Amino acid sequence: MDDLLGAIQSAIRLMLTLDPDLIEIVALSFEVALLGLGLAALVGLPLGAALALFRFPGHNLAVVAMNALMGLPPVVVGLFVYLLLSRSGPLGSLGWLFTAKAMILAQFLLVLPIIAALTRQVVADLAQEYDEQLRSLGVGPARAIPTLLWDGRYQLVTTLLAGFGRAIGEVGAVLVVGGNIAHVSRVMTTAITLETSRGDLSLALALGIILLLMSLLVSAAATFASRLAATIDG
Amino acid sequence: MSPTASILPLRFSQVGYEAGGKLLLDDISFELESGPRTVILGPNGAGKSLGLRLAHGLIEPTSGAIEWSSADPIFLRSKQAMVFERPVLLRRSAAANIDYALSIHGTPRRERETRVEAALTKTGLSALAERPARVLSAGERQRLAIARAWATEPEVLFLDEPTAALDPAATRAIETLICSIADSGTKIVMTTHDLGQARRLADEILFFSAGRLLEHTPAADFFAEPATGAAKAFLRGELTW
Repeated sequence: MDDLLGAIQSAIRLMLTLDPDLIEIVALSFEVALLGLGLAALVGLPLGAALALFRFPGHNLAVVAMNALMGLPPVVVGLFVYLLLSRSGPLGSLGWLFTAKAMILAQFLLVLPIIAALTRQVVADLAQEYDEQLRSLGVGPARAIPTLLWDGRYQLVTTLLAGFGRAIGEVGAVLVVGGNIAHVSRVMTTAITLETSRGDLSLALALGIILLLMSLLVSAAATFASRLAATIDG
Repeated sequence: MSPTASILPLRFSQVGYEAGGKLLLDDISFELESGPRTVILGPNGAGKSLGLRLAHGLIEPTSGAIEWSSADPIFLRSKQAMVFERPVLLRRSAAANIDYALSIHGTPRRERETRVEAALTKTGLSALAERPARVLSAGERQRLAIARAWATEPEVLFLDEPTAALDPAATRAIETLICSIADSGTKIVMTTHDLGQARRLADEILFFSAGRLLEHTPAADFFAEPATGAAKAFLRGELTW
């Protein structure tokens, strides 16, 4: 109980004093998560929509694989990216290992299947409703991709939030490829891991509380904004 | 294919449609010429909508053949439009819905604005141009669907029970619109189960019952002297099906 109270106190203190180290960690956390999410959305939204609209040999297999990959263990992704980026790996010459770039790449891979799989579901549901109308208008599957993504935008906000939650909250991948180096690759989750292992539970808890608040805030804001827009739009 | 070429007549030859082991349409043969407003009449479940979807090419017949005077599927698609009983409007403004159809249709961007305005004016929706399509009333949504279909200047306009979900005032507005579109030279092919509507709009009747085409006659003849028992019963308003 003392730990918890102390943690809440130090969390409040850290936030009120705008502790520069804390701000740096929070900012990097968001930068990495949002960039990873942005790239994953760029690829995953059209990919998921295409999976919903095109039929090809191996289609079912692709869908099953995509769904299964949603549960990818972050450390495995971390390990994979580590091998890619390590000095002797195929992308070793980039020199990205233990930088934010490596973390963004790892989170991109981690979030991509989530975005693609959930988008496929949203677009497939929508396509059922739209199918005859779009075909009547002469809209082929390729042209239907942007149309249905746009018309599914309010449902897709939830998809993006799921991806964001995954990215901001995971520790395994960013720890393996980022290395939790202070001022370089330390994010909230890796800092929490470190402080916990060092026994500074109150700092770890304080970071945890901040992480929780931040995620809540982002998801509440996005949900509220999209609900509002959806109401206005009908 | 020249853009002024006609896709009519439309010919059904012994068309059948089977789904789930049930024969839903059986041995349907008829030919539609340009000109008269064709109303496909019949009780619910007679296969009217199915016939319309087959004609529009949304589904393929399981037997028989459907032929237009052109065999080019893209040309055929560009010369037809369909208004559904519950039209799907895109989640954007009324004007943008029409603009979308025009853009798919290949209308150059600089022409689209005038065509969108013309379609909105024709359907009395100008004041609602920037309103999100999904918040319009049922009658306005249906008028927008007609505006969207009409904007692409189809030679044939299919309408599937266009007023089934509407109140009398909205129905009247839609019927007036259909007449004016027909007067401008577009071939109207519509389904209805509403006898009054068929009397008001039809030049010729295709009477469907239980998956079969029972009569194909000028509307005046059909209403004066139906040839089949099923049509007589339908006209008397009997619930025999």
